[in-house]
Amino acid sequence: MKSSNHLIRAKRIEKIGISFLTGITTLTIIPIILIVGYIVYKGFPALSWDFISDFPQNGMRDGGILPAIVGTIYLTLGTALFAVPIGIGAAIYLSEYANDNFWTRAIRIAIINLAGIPSVVYGLFGLGLFVYFLNFGTSILAGSLTLAIMTIPVIISTAEEAIRAVPQSFRIVSVSLGGTKWQTIRRVVLPQALPGILTGVILGLERAAGETAPILFTVAAFFLPRLPSGIFDATMALPYHLFVISTQVPGMPIKIQYGTALVLLIFVLGMNFAATIVRSRARAKREW
Amino acid sequence: MELTEKHKIFVDNVSLRYSDGIESLNNVTMPVIANKINVMLGPSGGGKSSLLRLFNRLNDLADVDFVEGRVLLDGVDVLNPETNVIELRRKVGMVFSRAVVLPMSIKENLIYGLELAGIKDPKKLEETIETSLIQSALWDEVKDRLDDSAFALSGGQKQRLCLARVLANEPEVILLDEPTSGLDPISTLKVEESLQTLKETYTIVLVPHSVNQAGRTADHCAFFLQGELVEYSSGKKIFTNPEDQRTGDYIEGRFG
Repeated sequence: MKSSNHLIRAKRIEKIGISFLTGITTLTIIPIILIVGYIVYKGFPALSWDFISDFPQNGMRDGGILPAIVGTIYLTLGTALFAVPIGIGAAIYLSEYANDNFWTRAIRIAIINLAGIPSVVYGLFGLGLFVYFLNFGTSILAGSLTLAIMTIPVIISTAEEAIRAVPQSFRIVSVSLGGTKWQTIRRVVLPQALPGILTGVILGLERAAGETAPILFTVAAFFLPRLPSGIFDATMALPYHLFVISTQVPGMPIKIQYGTALVLLIFVLGMNFAATIVRSRARAKREW
Repeated sequence: MELTEKHKIFVDNVSLRYSDGIESLNNVTMPVIANKINVMLGPSGGGKSSLLRLFNRLNDLADVDFVEGRVLLDGVDVLNPETNVIELRRKVGMVFSRAVVLPMSIKENLIYGLELAGIKDPKKLEETIETSLIQSALWDEVKDRLDDSAFALSGGQKQRLCLARVLANEPEVILLDEPTSGLDPISTLKVEESLQTLKETYTIVLVPHSVNQAGRTADHCAFFLQGELVEYSSGKKIFTNPEDQRTGDYIEGRFG
C-alpha cells in the first residue's frame, strides 16, 4: 500500500516537472516572436522598391538605404573571401594532419578564446593593424579582414566538427585501396563533411554581416552618397547605418529606422534559413 | 623455415608492440604460400589482425610503438621505411570485417582505387567493373543498377562489393580480416566459394571468423595465441593431427 502511494506521488511529480519544462521552453520562443513581429509590424510599411534601391536623401531622413545594403553585401563577401579558405584549411589541418602535441593544443585553446573576445576589441585590433599599421585606411579591405578574423574561429570549430563526424572507417578503406591522405580527404572526407562545413560558414558570415563594432572603426561611413568604388573605399553598412539613424540624426522618421532593421533582419535570417535548408537536406541524403 | 620460391610473403622474426604497452606479436616467423588460402587462426587478441595489417602497412595508421623483423613480399622487406606504401597497398588489398562501402554509387566504389591511381580510360574501367564483379559473384545481382548507391545493397552484397573493389585494383595478395563475421550462412558460403576460385590467381590470407571456417578453407594454417605463433603447418595437419596441445584444445573448443 505504502509503495503504491509512493509510486503515484512519483508519477505526479514527474507530470508537474514535464509541464514546467515545457512551459519554460515555450517561454524562450516568445522574445523571438515578439522581436521579429514588432520589427515586421513597424518596418513593413517602409519597405518598397525605392527603399532598397535608392540613396538616402534629406540627411538620411528620406529616400532609401541602397549604399548600406550594398556595403553589407560587399563586406560579407569580403569576409567570406578571407575567412572561408583559411577557416576550412585550418580545420582540415587540425582534424586530419595535426598531432596531439603542445602546439596544436595551444592553437585549439587560442581558437576557443578568440571566439569569446568581444567584437569591439576586434574592431580596435582591426583599426590598429589594418587601418593604421598596414595603411589600408578605413576601407572595405580593412573591414573585411577584421570581420574575417572574428569569423575564422567559428568556421574552424564547425568545420572541424563536421570533418570529425565522417566515419574513420571510410578513411581506412580509402587508404587501404592505395589512397594518399590528401586523396582520401578530397574524395571521401570533404564531400561528406561539406554540408556541415557550409552550415558553419553561413552561420559565421551571418554573424559578421550583423556586427557593428568591428566595422565601426575600420570601414563604416556615417553617410556616403555613392556606392564604394573599390576595396580601399569606405562604405555604409546596415548595422552601423541602423545605429546612426537611431541615435545620431535628430528628427528621424521611426518608419525608416524600423525599415532598416527589417532589411538587416531579412538579410541575416535569410542566411540562417539557407543554413537550415543545407543542413536538413544533407541529413535526409546522408546514408551513414 | 627458409625462404623459397612459392613463399609470396615471408614473415621473418617479427615482433610488434602498440603504444599502450601490450605486446601484440612476439618473434613470429612464418611463410604465406602463393596461390593458396593461408589461414591465421586463434582467439582474438592473438595478433592475427596486427600481422595482417603489417602486410599492407595499414598499421602505419595505428599507434604502433615498436616493430622489429622483416616482412618480405617477393623477397623485398615491406617494413622498410623506404617502401612505397601506396604501391604496396595496391598490390596487397584488404577486406575488413565490417563491409564498409564508401558513400558513392556501386560503380564509383569499384573504380575508386583505379581513379586514385589516375586510371581514366573508360574502356579499362568498364572492363574492370565487369570482371571484378564476376569474380566476386555479384555481377548478376547488380549489373543493372551500377549507378545506385552502394548503401542500397544487403550486408552480404556489400561485403562482396568490398571484395570486388579490392579485385579491381588487380592485387597480388588479398588479406581478409574476418570478412564474413557479419554475414548470414549463405552469403558466407558465397564468399568462401569465391575464395576457392580466386586463389588460382591471387595469394589469399584469411583470418577466419570461426574455427569451422578455418577448417573449411585452410590450405595452410597458422595458430596464434597471445602474440605467439604456436603452430604452423598445412590446414589438413592442423585439423587432424596438431603438434601442440594448445592447438588441439582450441580447435576442439576447449578454450577461446
